[in-house]
Formats: sequence, structure tokens, C-alpha cells
Amino acid sequence: MSLHHFLILSAILFTIGIVGIFLNRRNMIIILMSIELLLLAVNINFVAFSHYLGDISGQILTFFVMTVAAAEAAIGLAILVAFFRNRSTIDVEEIDSLKG
Amino acid sequence: MPVQMPDINLVTMLPEILIAILGLVLLLMSAGQDAERGRKVNAMALAGVIAAAALTVVTANGSSFGGFFVVDPFARAMKLLMLLATGMVLYMSMEYMRDQKFDGGEYQVMTLMALLGGMIMASAGDFVVLYMGLELMSLSIYVLAAWRRDDVRSNEAGLKYFVLGSMASGFLLYGISLIYGTTGTTLFTGVATALSHGHISTATIMGVVMVLAGMSFKVAAAPFHMWAPDVYEGAPTSVTAFMAVLPKIAAFAAIFRVLLIAFPALQSHWNPLLQLLAVASLAVGAIAAIGQTNIKRMLAYSSIGHVGFILLGLTAHTGLGYQSVVAYLAIYIFMSVGAFAIILLLNKAGVGDEIEDYKGLGHKRPMLALLMALFMFSMAGIPPLAGFMGKLYVFMAAVQSGMMMLAVAGVLFSAIGAFYYLRIVKFMYFDQPAEGAFGMELDFSARAILTVTGVVMLVWGLFPGALLSWSGASVKMFQ
Repeated sequence: MSLHHFLILSAILFTIGIVGIFLNRRNMIIILMSIELLLLAVNINFVAFSHYLGDISGQILTFFVMTVAAAEAAIGLAILVAFFRNRSTIDVEEIDSLKG
Repeated sequence: MPVQMPDINLVTMLPEILIAILGLVLLLMSAGQDAERGRKVNAMALAGVIAAAALTVVTANGSSFGGFFVVDPFARAMKLLMLLATGMVLYMSMEYMRDQKFDGGEYQVMTLMALLGGMIMASAGDFVVLYMGLELMSLSIYVLAAWRRDDVRSNEAGLKYFVLGSMASGFLLYGISLIYGTTGTTLFTGVATALSHGHISTATIMGVVMVLAGMSFKVAAAPFHMWAPDVYEGAPTSVTAFMAVLPKIAAFAAIFRVLLIAFPALQSHWNPLLQLLAVASLAVGAIAAIGQTNIKRMLAYSSIGHVGFILLGLTAHTGLGYQSVVAYLAIYIFMSVGAFAIILLLNKAGVGDEIEDYKGLGHKRPMLALLMALFMFSMAGIPPLAGFMGKLYVFMAAVQSGMMMLAVAGVLFSAIGAFYYLRIVKFMYFDQPAEGAFGMELDFSARAILTVTGVVMLVWGLFPGALLSWSGASVKMFQ
């Protein structure tokens, strides 16, 4: 396994995350999962670079990113729950009351 | 293996420590039963912001944690601007928050946490610190945007900001990972050294582009602006006022640091992108605002236009250019806070956010209308107001570095933009008011904020010397 394999894996995961945010028209939860996927793809990058550079700071950064990802998921779900209480739906297409 | 202790120099981060501790104490306080806790928390938050501003002024230059956290004149200037903006917004929204039942105290805690994140971004000397500060600021503002829990528009604003903001953070982080991978460090100075000699790979350039895209999202530069109008419209007005100022200062401070300290070697690569962002923002800010009927939406587009001017100053890469950026940011804060203070007042009196609702303000409340007109003229860049000075210096910097086409585009879009600012003035003065509108009381805080911002518009427009020498001193280190 060379560095390139890991980088390609992480690039593929990142792309899936981005596509998941834009193509998904049904469920808000899937968008939250896609955001999580973006951050985890980056983590793979950091760990791979850290291993091949022989430098520990990339792996430490991974912990920071994981912490932020947890906070982000909590806040995203909280806002989503508030939205669901008002609209009784988490359909992405229904999120349309603000338009110019 | 010998363990090397990094230089931990907590004195350099006293303002941040103060805000962090204050935020936690106020969080405890707001969990109490005291019915008056909102007022107390607000007073303490304001006192803390003022104390942090005083500490920021006296903090000496230096760095801490092995260069992760840097204090220099630029960081100090940006922190002062952020503290000033936060203080003004907190002070003017006191009454509004009581009306809206936001006065439990948690609101101020989130505001302070966003401020803390912004201050950390301004002092970041490393990509990790930059990212953590950015996330602290963004996460707090997502929550603030959705603060009105029972209002679906506020929820939606929070949700949209959250999804698009997290995606932007993802881009930023991917960019950081590529830069880390190609240079072997995340320290700004280390990255600069690694890039200054040796081969620059495509991965590095991709990293720079992705970092720049993530940052542009935070300042709402076109084409990364799609969230701004929706979020500005849906969020409670006090929050809109806050996020029109704080994240912009913080993100511009970070853009300065990243581009000028970490990537000076790649200037030929990122400068065209910056110019593209500037022109796109100017165009979107001027043209898309014309059709808007909601004043908060309109101000969102107007802020995109202002970002275009600030980026234009940044692309000049001269002392004058950097100086014009800091001056423009300072002027922008006062213009924006003043305009939102009036919207907040009218919101409190039950006047809606539609521009039509401002019909006849000039007949019923001549002073308020005069001030609103002052802020609109200033945003449009009409002399002798401060907004004109900001634009003048940006154009001077652009012309001085030979960017004639960009300067001409800026002037053109500025002229187009004047249309929608003047439309508000027209509605206020030349249309008849609705029955019984605008019957609100002006409390002391509203009077104070409007007086200060109005006077600043005139003073900086007529005597910009002090502002210019201050902003010049703050960017000297980048020359």
C-alpha cells in the first residue's frame, strides 16, 4: 500500500460526501451523514500523510477534527429537531420558505 | 527521548482567556432561576468585552505555543474591530432580546463564544488553530441563526447555514491536509519556508485553492455567497446584525494571515483567484440586490458587494491596499451596525422587513429616516461620508498597482449599486406612510448606538486621517 492508495481512497470518499450533499433531495439526515463523510475523508488524508512523513502532528490534528465533527453533528441534529417540530418533515425539498 | 517544552506564554492570550472564562461563568449564570438574569448577563458580557478590548490594546507583541498563537499589530487591530462590533451589537439588541424573549442569557454566551472563535482566528499562526477558531465561531453562529426555535424561517436559516458552512469547512480542511502533506508542517511560517525553495506541486496549489474557497465562503464572497441572503433574512435581526460583521472581520483576518504569511510564494497562483472573487462579488452585490424586496436580503447582497471592495483592496498587494482593507472593514462595521440598529428598532415596533414597510418613515420619524439615509448614502459611497473614503482608498490602491480594469469595474458596479440604496431613501421620503406606523419609543441604547455610528460616518468621511494612520500602522508588518 503506498501513499497514493490512501489519497485516492480519501478523494473518493470526499467526492461521495460532496455529491451526497448536492444530489440528495429526500432526507436531511443523509446530508448530515455526507458532512460526516467529508470530515472523515480528510482524516484519512491526515493520517496517511502523517505516517508517510513520519511526523506525528497530522495524527494529532485528526483528534481535533473528530472532536469538531462530534460537535458539528450535535448542533446539526439539534437544529434539525427544532425544524422537525415546526414542520413535521425533514424532506430537503420542503426546506423552501426562504427564497428571493 | 528529551521532551522539549514549547514556549507557553499565556500573557499573550489574556483577552481570549478572559472571554472564554466569562462565557463559561455566564453559561452557569444563565442556568439559574433569576428572572433578571438576562439583564445581568448582558451587562457582564458588555463589561467583559470592554475589558478584553482594554487587554487587547495593552498586550505586547509575541507568540505562544511554538508560534501557534501570534499577537502582532494586525491581530490586535482585528481583535479590536471584532470586540467593537460585538459590543455594539450586544448593546443595541438588549431591548430587542427582551421583547423576543431571548433574554435567558444563553444568547450572550453563544455570542461571546463566536467572538472568541473570531479572536483566535485573528491570532492563528497555524492551520490547526485557524481551523479550531473558525469552527468555534461558525458553530456558535449556526446556533444563533436558528435561535428563534418556534419560527420555521429561523430554523431554516440555521439549517441552511449549517449545511453549507460545514461543507465549506470540509473544503478548508481538505485543503489544509494537502498543504500539510506537501510541506510536512501546518505552521504558517513553516509552510512559507517549505514553499519558498523547491518544487511546488499541483497538490499544494489545489490545497491553496481549497483553503481560499473555504475562507471565501465564510466572508460570503461570490460565487460562495448562496447562503447569505437566505440566512440574513431568516435569522433574528440581532443575529443578522452580528453575522454581518463578526465573521467577516475574522475571516478577512485569517485570509490575510494565510495568504500573506503562509503562501507569499504562491502569489502568482492565488492573486488571479482573488481578483475573480472580487469582481464576481462586486457584480453579484450590485446586480442581484436590485430586485430584492426584503431589506435584510438586500443588505445581504450589499454586504457581498462590500466584500468585493475589500477583496479588491487585498489584490493590490501594496501597503496602501492592505491599509484600505483594514480601513474599509472598520467603516463597514459602523455602517452595517447603524443600518441594522434602525431595522432592529422598526422590527421591535412591529414594522416588517419589506422595503415597502419603510414608506413614509421620513414624514413620521424624520431623524430616524435621516440616519437611515445617511447609512444608505455611506454604503453607496457618496461623499462626504465614510463609505466614500473606504471606496476611494480601495480604488487608489487598485490604480496604483496598475489594475485599471478592476478599478473601472469597481466604479461601475458601485454606480449600479447606488440605485438600490437610493430606492430606500425614495421610499422613506417620497411615499405616504401607512396608518399609525412607526410609533416606537427610542430607548437610550438605540440613541447611543445611532449617535455613535452616525457621527463616525461623518467624522471618518471628513477627517479620515486618524483612521488611515491607525490602519496603516496595523498592516505595516505585511510590507
